Amino acid sequence: MIEQDWIWGFAGGLLIGLGGAVYLLFNGRIMGASGILGGLVDGSELRHRWERLAFLAGTILAPIILYPLYREVDTHITGNVAVVVVAGLLVGLGTRLANGCTSGHGVCGISRLSLRGIAATVFYILAGGITIVLFRHLLGVI
Amino acid sequence: MRNLFGFIAGALFGAGLFISGMTDTTKVQGWLDLFGDWDPTLAFVMGGAILPMAIAWGIARGRKPALGGHFPTPPEPKIGRNLIVGSVLFGAGWGLAGLCPGPALASLGYGGGMHWLFVAAMILGMIAAVPVRKWMPAAP
Repeated sequence: MIEQDWIWGFAGGLLIGLGGAVYLLFNGRIMGASGILGGLVDGSELRHRWERLAFLAGTILAPIILYPLYREVDTHITGNVAVVVVAGLLVGLGTRLANGCTSGHGVCGISRLSLRGIAATVFYILAGGITIVLFRHLLGVI
Repeated sequence: MRNLFGFIAGALFGAGLFISGMTDTTKVQGWLDLFGDWDPTLAFVMGGAILPMAIAWGIARGRKPALGGHFPTPPEPKIGRNLIVGSVLFGAGWGLAGLCPGPALASLGYGGGMHWLFVAAMILGMIAAVPVRKWMPAAP
């Protein structure tokens, strides 16, 4: 079962990269989820708002179409409201300060051998790993 | 046309996140959990995504985007305070909930109320970043 997860992971990864390639080669933009959404909600990048909205619509709609093909899909998100709110605030604030997230810095940055992308990825993975040690293994919150 | 290709790119992104299992918070937290039951899936997703993207950067060299405009110029290779502080805050939130911005959006349609709460908080955090960026002392 685990091996199958790797194959699906790799196949899904290829699609993610293909999406990034289309957004770059056609629209000339970097596919970063936090940048695309962030530029809309803080009003800083309203110039390209329609292609941004179209991108977000595709991101939200495609899984809705695939969802019925799967027998069971569970996101296993925590039921702890405080954890969800704090995590959401941190993700929103952090990705905008850093100017990118897993898609922008991770996928698009690393594939371009960008020093900033690689550095950001090292820092958010380290911070994520330490958070798991602290809140799962030491405090037992998540 | 720009909107159509934006939509296609977004749909590929969303479909990829869905079938890769990255909208499952336990897979992300499992990858970050080196001292627990480690789940390697995320590394395969990253590897799979970087491959076509690297080819795309190669194709982009010396050309222009198909729909006009220019390719984004690489930013100054400077690792400033905002990049480090921001990435650390992001990583902490990522570990806590097991969601980053892409999968958070991709799971809105079927994930349920907690996902909407997460995205609402994330948008608040994004808006809060505007004054915080001004308030943060200039990067050395």
